[in-house]
Amino acid sequence: MVAAAVAALVMVWLAYTIIVNPNLHWDVIVGFLLDGRILGGLWITIALTALSMVIGVALGVTAAVMQLSDSPVLRGAAGLYTWFFRGTPLLVQLIFWFNIGLVFPEIGIGIPFGGPMFLQWPANELITPFTAALLGLTINEGAYMAEIVRAGIRSVDPGQREAAESLGMRHRQILRRIVLPQAMRVIIPPTGNQFISMLKTTSMVSVISGAELLTVSQRIYLDNFEVIALLVVASTWYLLLTSVATVGQRFLERRFSRGH
Amino acid sequence: MATSMVKIESVRKRFGRLEVLRGVSLDVAPGGVVCVVGPSGSGKSTLLRCVNRLETIDSGRVWVDGELIGFSEKAGKLHHLRPEELCGQRQEIGMVFQRFHLFPHMTALENVMEGPRTVKGVARQESRRQALALLDRVGLADRAGHYPSQLSGGQQQRVAIARSLAMNPKVMLFDEPTSALDPELVQEVLQVMRDLAASGMTMIVVTHEMGFAREAGDHLVFIDDGVIVEEGPPREVLSNPRHDRTRAFLGQVL
Ligand SMILES: Nc1ncnc2c1ncn2[C@@H]1O[C@H](COP(=O)(O)OP(=O)(O)OP(=O)(O)O)[C@@H](O)[C@H]1O
Ligand SMILES: [Mg+2]
Repeated sequence: MVAAAVAALVMVWLAYTIIVNPNLHWDVIVGFLLDGRILGGLWITIALTALSMVIGVALGVTAAVMQLSDSPVLRGAAGLYTWFFRGTPLLVQLIFWFNIGLVFPEIGIGIPFGGPMFLQWPANELITPFTAALLGLTINEGAYMAEIVRAGIRSVDPGQREAAESLGMRHRQILRRIVLPQAMRVIIPPTGNQFISMLKTTSMVSVISGAELLTVSQRIYLDNFEVIALLVVASTWYLLLTSVATVGQRFLERRFSRGH
Repeated sequence: MATSMVKIESVRKRFGRLEVLRGVSLDVAPGGVVCVVGPSGSGKSTLLRCVNRLETIDSGRVWVDGELIGFSEKAGKLHHLRPEELCGQRQEIGMVFQRFHLFPHMTALENVMEGPRTVKGVARQESRRQALALLDRVGLADRAGHYPSQLSGGQQQRVAIARSLAMNPKVMLFDEPTSALDPELVQEVLQVMRDLAASGMTMIVVTHEMGFAREAGDHLVFIDDGVIVEEGPPREVLSNPRHDRTRAFLGQVL
């Protein structure tokens, strides 16, 4: 009772100091909420999040299946991948991908080990802030998703696989029809968390000028010095996105717990 | 060989240093119902699992309907079958597990449809019709839309039997199908198995239900420590065991 009263009082006081604070330019904040540049950045944030999650999940599933395979080579390759990309900071990875042209000036498709190239581009043209951001976020996400998917697959009772095998189902069919759908129950909640955290992680892309929400906000406040106002604008959008994502997460969790 | 539906010949299987099957041979005629009994850890489950190649045997041979399981024989040498060939052989061998292992994310109907749909590519309508008929046969037509978690143990096991039957197997293997059930649910599952036996299905049944072995079985095998100690017509073995180990074991379970 007392604790609740104190908490309520603190919240009212906080709201009061924020609302009447003359340093928070509410008119500026409202004015920029639907500004074209902000909405453009918002769109890039959503696109980066969605793309890197979708591709990251695909990478993660692939790496997880490799890690659980019988082949030591596949296991080793997947292990190396997760070890490396979980062990280095995302910020470093983003800057690295953005500057990949320093190591590989030409990127193309051809025969490896010095064979002929069929298609070739200068890295500086191929690697825009957006593609570098996408590369960095996707590959990093894949490494984390691999662990999540692996835990999900391992949570499925081995008897399920045997029951499917005794029906004559193939490895792939068992994975797709029996194991993965059940693993989903364990995979979905942390993946939802990854998605929500990815919405915010995209802001790191501002170090390579990624044109997402934070970058455009920064560009605007470097012009008009309304630093706090634009950070409030960006935060408002981040909050809105994460709230919507949380609702989606609840829905998916319910859907994939069918039969339990 | 052509007269046996299942022929097991001198099968050996070891896990590491532990030899679990030490030369087991068994013949099951078409339509025959063989019951396997024995103490815990004697190798009963392993024997069944060697028949549908969930375990790879170390030596010996297994044939189902004249077809060598798990290997092809060329010029006297055995070669492991490729995974897709194994899948083909497993389709012919139904297996029912102690703990059911129904697919929890599918309804009873979907569980029964899964094999035909995914493995044989049977059309949805057709497999649905078959699955409903099978659920009816095990007395569960009215539970088609239920998920396994909404069914009792006995009902789940009957769905599991229907799921295996949907593949139209030549043999059915049962690994203690009633051991995980509450006592009052045992009979409904045994009844389905009796009906199945009466319909002419070839069955190998690992069980502690001596009543079932006596009435539905036409051959009883007592296995201990990886070898068949005694076998014969169920009534004879059960009422007149010749070996001390058989006598000791039956004394405990009867
Ligand atoms: N995959 C495995 N790896 C190692 N040892 C195993 C494996 N499967 C079974 N065993 C061992 O083999 C022996 C025989 O096991 P099996 O399951 O065939 O016995 P069982 O007769 O079915 O016993 P129960 O009545 O308890 O089911 C046991 O000692 C068991 O611990
Ligand atoms: Mg067993």
